[in-house]
Amino acid sequence: MSRGVVYYIAGRFLQSVMVLWIIVTLLFLLFRLAPSNPLASYIDTTFTKQQEAALLARFGLDKPLHEQYIIYLVNLARFDLGDTFSYAGKSVLDILRADLPNTIYLTLSSLLVAYGVGVLGGILMAALRGSLFERVGTTFTLMTRAAPTFWVGMLLLTFFAFQWKLLPSSGIAPAMVRYRWETEWDKLMSPVFWRHMILPTFTLVVYLHGLPLLLMRSNMLEVLDQDYVTMSRLAGYREWRVMIQTAARNAMLPVLTALTLGIGYSIGGNVVIENVFSWPGLGRTLVRAVQQADYPLAQGAFFLIALIIVFMNFIADILYSLLDPRVGASAQAQVS
Amino acid sequence: MQQEAMVREAATGNPEARFRQGSALRQLWETNLEVFQRDRMALFGLIVFAAFAIIAVFAPILAPNDPLTPLKNNEGDWIKDAMPYWLAEPGEDVAEGYTNDFVLGTTNIGRDIFSQLIHGSRAALLVGFSAAAAVAVIGTVIGLLAGYYGGWIDTVLMRAADVAFGIPFIPFIIVIAAFFDPSIWNVVIAMAILLWRDTGRVIRSQVLVIKEQAFVSAARVSGASDLRIIFVYIAPSILPLSFLYGSFAIAWAILTEASVSFLGFSDPETISWGFMLQDAFLSLALTRGAFYWIIPPGLCIMLTVMAGFFIGRGYEEVLFPRLRRM
Repeated sequence: MSRGVVYYIAGRFLQSVMVLWIIVTLLFLLFRLAPSNPLASYIDTTFTKQQEAALLARFGLDKPLHEQYIIYLVNLARFDLGDTFSYAGKSVLDILRADLPNTIYLTLSSLLVAYGVGVLGGILMAALRGSLFERVGTTFTLMTRAAPTFWVGMLLLTFFAFQWKLLPSSGIAPAMVRYRWETEWDKLMSPVFWRHMILPTFTLVVYLHGLPLLLMRSNMLEVLDQDYVTMSRLAGYREWRVMIQTAARNAMLPVLTALTLGIGYSIGGNVVIENVFSWPGLGRTLVRAVQQADYPLAQGAFFLIALIIVFMNFIADILYSLLDPRVGASAQAQVS
Repeated sequence: MQQEAMVREAATGNPEARFRQGSALRQLWETNLEVFQRDRMALFGLIVFAAFAIIAVFAPILAPNDPLTPLKNNEGDWIKDAMPYWLAEPGEDVAEGYTNDFVLGTTNIGRDIFSQLIHGSRAALLVGFSAAAAVAVIGTVIGLLAGYYGGWIDTVLMRAADVAFGIPFIPFIIVIAAFFDPSIWNVVIAMAILLWRDTGRVIRSQVLVIKEQAFVSAARVSGASDLRIIFVYIAPSILPLSFLYGSFAIAWAILTEASVSFLGFSDPETISWGFMLQDAFLSLALTRGAFYWIIPPGLCIMLTVMAGFFIGRGYEEVLFPRLRRM
């Protein structure tokens, strides 16, 4: 790696930290300026004034706003997200630590399947350009992107879980199975867990495969016009080899960047699907926390999702600059 | 006017250029016309929006019943969970549990599903079009300012875009919706705050190209002010791009409103398609296989969202002809 690249990455990293700091500040203001008292749901009407004051002091809410802000930043930096209101005696971090793996499993498995289907589908559509199959296929993909994911999930639930009783309808496993899991590894080795994952994953794939498919298709068509593709055709390579080895490899790059970005945005966007399938992940916790006015938990879940998005945006940027020499060069020119 | 004519002449070396280039508005109109003439799918999208707009405006007349009032039959019993007559076995008279009076049946507390569907078009179109307008206007102005002025204005605006890109969209809307009184405007506000980022970035990069062209320098030499150059000379050529992003934003707004209502963060007094689906989901319409309740709202969402996508693609093909042959 040249010095220019290192400088570029360092610069982008600092920028990401700044972005995160601004988001965290906005989050602080959003939750402090909320019309209702953050402790409203916590403070019982039977509390005396002294009890109320003690409680405010315990959460640091009696201090002036700027002091609260400093405390908040220091705590965040130490990853101390405070205590939840609605889960007795548990810290926000405990809850999020249990949720995060579930969200990641669902996100990664659906993205991997979706991008596999999308890339292959895109190659196929490009190979069959102009045919009836291609027109119908592309229109169908557009339709899947227009269908609300939660509705697709509801339809799949109705058929697969309730009418035909083939697959479980909610959660990650029955309690008696969950009870036996001691580590994440036990969970991942459990067939019951994977059975519960099929429907939510499939629902997400219906939506997520559209972007890589359309992207791959248009990239392929662009690449197929290039001289080096014509050359390898003239060299007598078989059509599928030209398609896969020469064209698809080059058309893949933007799709890879999209996948990296997709990880971040899916974790934020899975909120709805997690609620349809009662999937115990970050999104469901966020919705519950907001509904129960559990502000520390809502704030923590929001922060974690934002952190992942900013991080993945950073990775996607780096990846893009490394893969596309032009971006790298101009970026290096900017920093050096 | 004199000034503009001079500028165009300087730019093209031809006094007739003014006529040939046409007024900015005319060019814009022609681009719009081309989109819908060339692209049948875009035209289909326009027709879908027009049809739903008519339904939305005349919803109180078109809907046979009030969407929120539970209905009673002549004996004074609630008409709960009535299935539409066309689902009954053929030959069977109107059997137990079926209804002749409601095309799509009733909900579990006896509300008319068809009337809800008609009223739902109001929320969808209202949110879709106002959010899209807000996103397009904010994104366009920010893109124009950042691209034209450059320097610290550009830096500040584009870092703001970075921040907007880092904020998770649906969670942000949920938090906004929870803090303020439930209303469909929460979605519009949240979209306006966050989603200008895509439009803004694309328009900025387009402005960077346009501002190097001769007619812009000519305008500057002839003494046009910065704001005049931005809004009179540059803006018309990037407005089709705003329309492109605006059309996609309509689609996203309708989808987002549906998701947020489905999660239960909408105003319970406002009927929307997402609210209908939440209602069905929570009252176990899925286990009963009540398709007459689940399918219609989803189809309506899909149709309107697709209309937005199709129109957006129509603009894309006219603006980026390279895509057309693909």
